[in-house]
Amino acid sequence: MAAVQETIDHVKSIDVDQYKYGFVTDIESELAPKGLNEDIIRFISAKKDEPEWMLNWRLDAFQRWKTMEEPEWARVNYPKIDFEDLHYYAAPKTQEGPKSLDEVDPELLETYKKLGIPLSEQEVLAGIAPENRVAVDAVFDSVSVATTFKEELAKAGVIFCPISEAIREHPELVQKYLGSVVPVSDNFYATLNSAVFSDGSFVYIPEGVRCPMELSTYFRINERNTGQFERTLIIAEKGSYVSYLEGCTAPQRDENQLHAAVVELVAHEDAEIKYSTVQNWFPGDSEGKGGIYNFVTKRGDCRGANSKIAWTQVETGSAITWKYPSCILRGDNSVGEFYSIAISNGHQQVDSGTKMIHLGKNTSSRIISKGISAGVSQNTYRGQVSAHRKAKNARNFTQCDSLLIGDKCGAHTVPYIESKNATAVFEHEATTSKISDDQMFYCQARGLNEEEAVALIVNGFVRDVIQQLPMEFAVEAQKLINISLEGSVG
Amino acid sequence: MTAQNQRVLSAAETGFVEAFAATHGKQSDGLSEARRAAMARFEAAGLPHRRIEEYHYTDLKAKLRSAIALSARAEVAAPGALGEVETQGRLVFVNGRFDAALSNVEALAGKISVSAWAEKAEAPAHDTAAFPRADALVDLNTAFVQGGATITVAGGEKLEKAVEIVHVAKGEGASFSRIDLVVEAGADVLVLESYQGDSGAYLRNTLTTLEVGDNAKLTWVKLQEEAESATHLASASANLGKGAELSQFLFDAGSGLSRSQFAVAFNGEGSNAALRGVSLLKGDSHADITLSVDHKVPECDSREYFKAIVDDKARSVFQGQILVKPDAQKTDGQMMVQSLLLSESAEVNVKPELEIFADDVQCAHGSTTGEIDEDLLFYLRARGIPEKEARKILILAFLGEVIDELDDARIGPLLTSRISNWLHV
Repeated sequence: MAAVQETIDHVKSIDVDQYKYGFVTDIESELAPKGLNEDIIRFISAKKDEPEWMLNWRLDAFQRWKTMEEPEWARVNYPKIDFEDLHYYAAPKTQEGPKSLDEVDPELLETYKKLGIPLSEQEVLAGIAPENRVAVDAVFDSVSVATTFKEELAKAGVIFCPISEAIREHPELVQKYLGSVVPVSDNFYATLNSAVFSDGSFVYIPEGVRCPMELSTYFRINERNTGQFERTLIIAEKGSYVSYLEGCTAPQRDENQLHAAVVELVAHEDAEIKYSTVQNWFPGDSEGKGGIYNFVTKRGDCRGANSKIAWTQVETGSAITWKYPSCILRGDNSVGEFYSIAISNGHQQVDSGTKMIHLGKNTSSRIISKGISAGVSQNTYRGQVSAHRKAKNARNFTQCDSLLIGDKCGAHTVPYIESKNATAVFEHEATTSKISDDQMFYCQARGLNEEEAVALIVNGFVRDVIQQLPMEFAVEAQKLINISLEGSVG
Repeated sequence: MTAQNQRVLSAAETGFVEAFAATHGKQSDGLSEARRAAMARFEAAGLPHRRIEEYHYTDLKAKLRSAIALSARAEVAAPGALGEVETQGRLVFVNGRFDAALSNVEALAGKISVSAWAEKAEAPAHDTAAFPRADALVDLNTAFVQGGATITVAGGEKLEKAVEIVHVAKGEGASFSRIDLVVEAGADVLVLESYQGDSGAYLRNTLTTLEVGDNAKLTWVKLQEEAESATHLASASANLGKGAELSQFLFDAGSGLSRSQFAVAFNGEGSNAALRGVSLLKGDSHADITLSVDHKVPECDSREYFKAIVDDKARSVFQGQILVKPDAQKTDGQMMVQSLLLSESAEVNVKPELEIFADDVQCAHGSTTGEIDEDLLFYLRARGIPEKEARKILILAFLGEVIDELDDARIGPLLTSRISNWLHV
């Protein structure tokens, strides 16, 4: 009997619906009525205490969105989204804005503790390794409730705040840059985001400043049926450097949730932005029910000469991922990089990749994409590399490797390579294979069980990308990969 | 969806619709039903444009602007030999119609049966199931086809010499022809096909269906040497049986606008398909090679290897898709496409696609795009070879790799001499 129980427990522990971060925090929150119309947009704008120009910007986006159609080209299938059946605003109820951590709702802090965010351990962190401090702008559902390390950042002249605050405090910067990388009507979801975005992060690094710490935002979707529309804007002035981390988890849900974020990066002359993401939203249960729809537009603009933007992503969550972090290499000698690990298990569908648009002279880009499909999931790499007429000496190297675990999943590669300049040199290679029996045998002969062997081999497969992650994330990402693949063998 | 209903036909589309009404509107021959159905599909969908994924880089709606009349029958002199290759038997098509007088099918008697059919005769039904989806070029061919032939190679026949098929165009009309080639079990044949024309601004639409039986082998070499002002739109599909072998080579050097699409389906285990080719483009020509390989069954190998030389304002498009269905375990699919740009304003668009639903497979694709390596050029020049000559040597070496891989002594020299001729013009 005990043995039977043990088996049941074991099966339960590896089932995909035992989502590690699946819990709902019971916090009173303020919801906008369901549906999308001008009144809702006015409501959101009023809630945020936004100036007139921002409201007009949103309304303009909404007008455009109404004329647009949902894109269908991605290799993902899902029931049609009823955009009228969503809440477009949810905010935890707080009387006054918290002034310090002590004032933050303890339940909220508890939530972060479960997620392993060391928000309440900041002094400890600061004490042990001052150079490795992480500033957290925690986004709880749609409103930033706690911002840390503000003072030290302010000393360096760095602005790191919720975008709603930036709209009020730094309107000249927001007006100048918002929508300059991802235009309002760029695509269906970006336009929707422009109309209804709730909050997000704003980062401004002044000229010549190397941001004294890694900036980090943890997103969390908490309220039932609320679309989360984050908007992030990062501006790196001449000669500056910033590394930004984004990590996501979400509580377990029955109904699908929509997430349509927009991230815009602007790198001026000699500036460098490193943007890292670990995405681990609820992927749906073992029947493919529930899970997050993740339709994200991320784009970086290497506006100045010698600028650099690097995207690193570890995608293990979401029922559907539709995400193409891109680089516009406008400045001469600018560099774009994309390192990605996309893992799909269960019924997950991933359609992700990047775009490297070479416009300036001597621009170079590198794409390393590692896709791992297990269960009955579908994993697609879709990428574009293009060199325009004036992109003299553009260089690109692309490597897309796919690993298949099990015979019911799919791995697809759809690269678009477009060269309009003879001096551009593009190289692309892609492979698809499974974990070989020899590799498994080798590991198992050394005493690893099947699951450990797979985890080891997969971690080796994705090592090139893991190495690009900041320390704090690399460890977390490795753990995440192991968790994501649980139950995929045997 | 309202946009589709209100779609306005372009001049070229209207031209096709009217030409169809004039020639086939009142007929009731065996082909008419199929013709009408195909025309209805064409009328509904129109010429493919850039919003249709498969035609993203070759917008036929934008490129075919004006209406083009159907070609008339014409008389031409017998086309010359295709090169230093031993042949037996020849089929000649002029403006899409089989020309018995210029052809020599008697030489094939006993081994290969040829049944040519003309415009109004009952055409055999064709199987284009290998195509991944309905296609406007195939529909146009079905609607208008003016002549064709079914060529059947008897089981077990192994022919050393090449069978020639020569398509000649004269004048300015649109020609539509079809070849159905059946290679029965255990047979082995080399088919050398050439497309050529005088200087007219003609349009050619061809459809080729290939059936390669169990353990049969087909080597199909196609020389696309149309006039510079011509439009060449070719569709081909192949069905491979068990243990079958298909080796295809496309020499793509003519016509201002060309699209060569080829769909291969593996229906029997243990078969092998190798698709190779070179494109030589200059002026403002636009050449599109679109391939799809459908691995339906286990243990088949596919190989795609294409190289392009793009000079002046020319534009090269390559789209290759390897589809591995869930049952197709032990598939080996390899694709390589390399392009060399010789001019500032040349353009290359490449889309090598893998779509894999089985896990025990080895699939890979690679693509490179660039110009001639300065170091290599320097090496040759340092040895006293003038720059112009050095470039030719390097291009020939670059393209030669594909011919070397084809490894067929019967046609290697013919292809090499064609490339060096092109380089020396």
